[in-house]
Amino acid sequence: MWLAIIVLVVVVALAAYLISAYNGLIRRRNQIENAWSQIDVQLKRRLDLIPNLVETVKGYAAHEKDTLDAVITARNAAVAAPDTPAAQAQAENALSGTLRQLFALGEAYPDLKANQNFLALQEELSATEGRVAYSRQFYNDSVLGYNNKLQQFPTMYFAKMLKFERREYFEADEAARSTPTVEF
Amino acid sequence: MYDLIRSNKRRSVLLMAGFMIVLALVGASFGLVFGNGITFTLIALVIGAAIAFTSYWKADKIALRVSRAKPADPVEHARLHNLVEGLCIASGLPKPGVYIVDDPAPNAFATGRDPQHAAIAVTTGLLDKLNRVELEGVVAHELSHIRNYDILVSTLAVTMVGAVALLSDMAIRTMWWNGGRVRRTGDHADRNNPLALLGFAMLILAPLIAKVLQATISRQRETLADVSACQMTRYPPGLISALEKLQEDTTVTHSASTATAHLWIEQPMSGVGDQGRLGSPHRWFNTHPPLEERIALLREL
Repeated sequence: MWLAIIVLVVVVALAAYLISAYNGLIRRRNQIENAWSQIDVQLKRRLDLIPNLVETVKGYAAHEKDTLDAVITARNAAVAAPDTPAAQAQAENALSGTLRQLFALGEAYPDLKANQNFLALQEELSATEGRVAYSRQFYNDSVLGYNNKLQQFPTMYFAKMLKFERREYFEADEAARSTPTVEF
Repeated sequence: MYDLIRSNKRRSVLLMAGFMIVLALVGASFGLVFGNGITFTLIALVIGAAIAFTSYWKADKIALRVSRAKPADPVEHARLHNLVEGLCIASGLPKPGVYIVDDPAPNAFATGRDPQHAAIAVTTGLLDKLNRVELEGVVAHELSHIRNYDILVSTLAVTMVGAVALLSDMAIRTMWWNGGRVRRTGDHADRNNPLALLGFAMLILAPLIAKVLQATISRQRETLADVSACQMTRYPPGLISALEKLQEDTTVTHSASTATAHLWIEQPMSGVGDQGRLGSPHRWFNTHPPLEERIALLREL
């Protein structure tokens, strides 16, 4: 009789543990996916802002054609970039470089610098770049939480059985690590 | 992390229970004076329950109203909105309501009952005096309060401290009915007003009770929020220089009151009701650790 009760209690406790651990892993894994798509949302938002910015600058500094063309080319390259993190990161970095040159134009054209629209777009773009960085940070934090759970005792045993796999961190490549230089 | 949130929820329940007991005692002492103990205790309990209930659902609105906070215009305050959104993405929180308090003193607070029903408010002085990176540090500090559920406890304390202050106010006013012992025509001979005595007792006790309630939000919460803010922005110098600017600035936050003092990122100076009733006891009990300590701690990160 007592033995039966003890066995029952152990089985119920084990089942409760397994369910909560499994749900925890699922929750963390979904969070990673959500974080990943958030990065894409922010990158797309940034690409959408650029045509407006170029139009605004054109009104004041139309003859800075080289810089404007460079931004447009870099933007289109980023839109067309293959859907792998590495290729995307490279295109985005090239775009960031040309954008810096565009904003540097603001210094040479006081009218442009005083333009409300230009200022608003500049704020929007730098905020969006911040958001891209933050969404990558959140992605990495999510991966860290998930991987920690996955490799810890005793979750590691049944996680392996249920085919939960380690996720990779988002890493800035060598090109992004070095600060882009602005040339005039 | 999760232990922290659980302990904050437990504190909230304790806070509500403690508040009900205090109110019941007040009711009972009213009852003793008038010789109808049970009725008055019951009335006090009903009032207490009503206040506790509204506190949970409406305290954030009350805290915002008391501080005269207005919703921040998304166009005019685009920078603030952008910062909040960015940090929410970094921490995986839903975006809270963003409010502006028209006050030249740089300060900020967060309120609400959970991350889904939260708001942060900053003063116009803060927007003027801090640059983007510093503002980001302050916003991250407030978002940490939201994530850790510090806001639930502290916001409940706002209405409860307010209610205690109001009660003691009411009791002391009754002194003028007769307790002053000024003889006037029609006065009954030589009677003192027992309610006024109770009022005096409440007057002395109210700041202490208020302190006990506010002490439930321990000073460690502030330090903890500072540290998690840096985890969010990954840039401690931002918050450090923001705190340094707050330290240099000695403007009193007039929008803060005794009841909301513990909400703000920086203690609204010893000036909390400087000439007011609760002025001097407040200086004995600081709601925040000294800024120098907080800065020194962040420098070690």
